[in-house]
Amino acid sequence: MTPPRRRRRRPQHLPAPPPPPPARPEGGSDSELRNLERLYTIAGPGDGGRAELDLVTLIVARSAPPPSASPEEAAVLRLCTAPLSVAELSAYLNLPFSAMTVLITELITAELVQARAPIVRQALPDRSLLEAVMHGLQRL
Amino acid sequence: MDFNGSDTIPGPRTEDHLPHTAQAAVKIVIVGGFGVGKTTMVGSVSEIRPLTTEETMTQAGIGIDDNYGSDSKTATTVAMDFGRISLTEKLVLYLFGTPGQERFWFLWNGLFEGALGAVVLVDARRLEVSFDVMGRLEERGVPFVVAVNSFPDAPRYPLEELRTALDLAPEIPIVDCDVRRRASSKDVLMTLMRFLHSLALSGALT
Repeated sequence: MTPPRRRRRRPQHLPAPPPPPPARPEGGSDSELRNLERLYTIAGPGDGGRAELDLVTLIVARSAPPPSASPEEAAVLRLCTAPLSVAELSAYLNLPFSAMTVLITELITAELVQARAPIVRQALPDRSLLEAVMHGLQRL
Repeated sequence: MDFNGSDTIPGPRTEDHLPHTAQAAVKIVIVGGFGVGKTTMVGSVSEIRPLTTEETMTQAGIGIDDNYGSDSKTATTVAMDFGRISLTEKLVLYLFGTPGQERFWFLWNGLFEGALGAVVLVDARRLEVSFDVMGRLEERGVPFVVAVNSFPDAPRYPLEELRTALDLAPEIPIVDCDVRRRASSKDVLMTLMRFLHSLALSGALT
């Protein structure tokens, strides 16, 4: 029996992907608008640029929730008393990733949380990092 | 969404807290067709119960059948399962897998950017379901290894025959695995890491 066959593809120089839609209102269906409204409610009135947050950027609270914190901000601050990735926060708070980044950006701006190791979008991981990962996995 | 009850938002269990020394995290993405065992693999090596995060995308950004002139865009939710491995006191590894709809992953900004690399999980009974995702990784220049998940009734092709069928470049590792087993999943991850390391040494990634 012969397996089905595939043909290899070549690297392409793709245009930069479009920005994630939820935080950028451009009209659309009712359901989309409702969604946007909800996101802005969560994010608060500020419309600052989003920090370069990766799924695995670690977030740590810098202080206890101040009285002025919204309930969802307070929830984030309570969750990150120990470092937590943006992905984990998104999962625990049941918020889409892009909504989570908006919320965290607000908290960074307010100096209520710290983002550790802001992701450097370098093309290649450096060798010492790869070796550290290998050593860690070997001990697993 | 009601956050007034945020005191009751489930957070990590005490034993799932990362140490305060955790400084940086890296990620590996596990891809493959529906039902090839991506979530199983995440679960077998993760130190936490796998979690799910999701992202909402509108159809306009998805590039499938457009609705000529129609303004109606439908929102699509893409879910990602992920797990975590604390590698050292300072370094954390996250593994992302996903149920189905692989064409959407590539529109998730930041999922592959910054990832160390990818594992393509393959089911020898349905090789072709992995073809598209492999092509997309190649187009994006994301380094990957291929892991053939063993299913009891799967045809046993020699790995070299699979290499030919998958049109893999000679340097790309292909290994057998049983992702239900932690040790086997770990071996797959080590295979990827050794491959990435060899690429870094040879300067292929520069």
